[in-house]
Amino acid sequence: MAGSAHEKVEKNVGLLIALVLVAVSFGGLAEIVPLLWDDDTTQPVKGLKPYTALELEGRDVYIREGCHVCHTQMVRPLRAETERYGPYSVAGEDVWEHPFLWGSKRTGPDLARVGGRYSDDWHRDHLYAPRDLVPESNMPAYPWLRYRTVNWRHTERKLNALRMLGVPYSEEDIAEQLQRVAADWADKTEEDALVAYLQQLGTVMTGRGAQ
Amino acid sequence: MSNFWSGYIIVLVLLNLLGCAVLLFWNSRMSAEEAKRRTTGHVFDGIEELNEPLPRWWLWLFVGTLIFSAAYLALYPGMGKYAGMLGWTSQGQWEDEVAFVERQTAPLFAEYAKVPVEELYQYPEVREVGARLYMQNCAMCHGSDARGARGYPNLTDGAWQWGGSPEAIRHSIAKGREANMPALAAALGEEGTTDMAWYVASLSRKELAEREDVAERIARAAPRFAMCSACHGADGTGNPMFGGPDLTDGKWLYGSRIADIEQTLRQGRMGVMPAHENILSAERIHVLTAYIYGLRIDE
Repeated sequence: MAGSAHEKVEKNVGLLIALVLVAVSFGGLAEIVPLLWDDDTTQPVKGLKPYTALELEGRDVYIREGCHVCHTQMVRPLRAETERYGPYSVAGEDVWEHPFLWGSKRTGPDLARVGGRYSDDWHRDHLYAPRDLVPESNMPAYPWLRYRTVNWRHTERKLNALRMLGVPYSEEDIAEQLQRVAADWADKTEEDALVAYLQQLGTVMTGRGAQ
Repeated sequence: MSNFWSGYIIVLVLLNLLGCAVLLFWNSRMSAEEAKRRTTGHVFDGIEELNEPLPRWWLWLFVGTLIFSAAYLALYPGMGKYAGMLGWTSQGQWEDEVAFVERQTAPLFAEYAKVPVEELYQYPEVREVGARLYMQNCAMCHGSDARGARGYPNLTDGAWQWGGSPEAIRHSIAKGREANMPALAAALGEEGTTDMAWYVASLSRKELAEREDVAERIARAAPRFAMCSACHGADGTGNPMFGGPDLTDGKWLYGSRIADIEQTLRQGRMGVMPAHENILSAERIHVLTAYIYGLRIDE
């Protein structure tokens, strides 16, 4: 009986594909699907705040410049890492991250807990010319960020898109953010925005206020 | 995790294991007729494809993985809410790791905490521990050689913006500091800024007052220095209480050129030292204080 049944599977590509899909789906069904309903992975940690428009644009500068290629944002529960960076990362910090920026390679240090660790001026000086402050650093310089003003053209649509994905911005929040953009932030540079983004990273877990 | 998802995971895991076992034994069996034939009937260029049963040793390796899975799932979390006989969690493992190192280092740090900084900095092992803490927490701004950078104080030159006593250093590390040199462009005016820059430079370079081209500027600015004296002292020697640097010692945080001083006067300076009390324990700050206190002595 084994021979004939097995032969049927081997010689029928459609059936083979269907059975392979069933076989490989087990891992995902058991390991991924339950997380979509689990409080640990769907509920924000206490005190988590959605990004301000300035931080959000700073985050997009972070993505555009590829910071995540060399910097992770994921402190693993290992002593050496918590000693160096601070509290280990938990899923609830990332429920409003679209997309998440955990990264996968540390050419530079992890940044998940960098908020409030250095002064705003340090970040500016360091982004402009990293080796002025850390002669051993191999980080590229990003001097242009200082001379480019933030492009606010798509900010409203970005906020609405995030809202659609479940980030709890209310109509009023979005109106308030746009009002702040018009009133205070219109002339902010990309460096300002990126520093604002960096200075809030992990502060919900470390308790350090952004300066 | 709710009971439903716990059950869901358990069912899937068991089904998976069962499926593997069934597939394995189904594939390892062979009908008598098949066994007799010994070939699949495929012939390529006169070469026949044999149809042998799975080698026994290989079959048993498969069985071994199934047994391993069962044992693993009994010991470690994997079956939904079931925590496993060992009660292992990644958080627990981290806590054990931290506690293990803490048990080893706590007595050492407790020992160091009893020794005053003035004495502690001489301990060679404290210098090693301190150097590590320094590289980890301070070098990004103050440099790996502790000689600072423009805007970030040199810790080896004996110039202490906020005081060089052990207590002052400890406070700087634990609580942080925020300097507040106001922008004086409006108060000084364009010419007044240049005058004052020359005057400030002359505080450490007395010979400037003799120079014909700037003597007049220096003389003009001298009476206006009163507005600076609250933080820098009437004689310009500074006041660590407010983080007002000594302007007479020839050591410059933001550069010594007239243009640098002018810029400082015009736009102000807001040097920030971040607080470290929620990053480092008090005992570690004590060791770090001793290390930094010792840097000056070495110089």
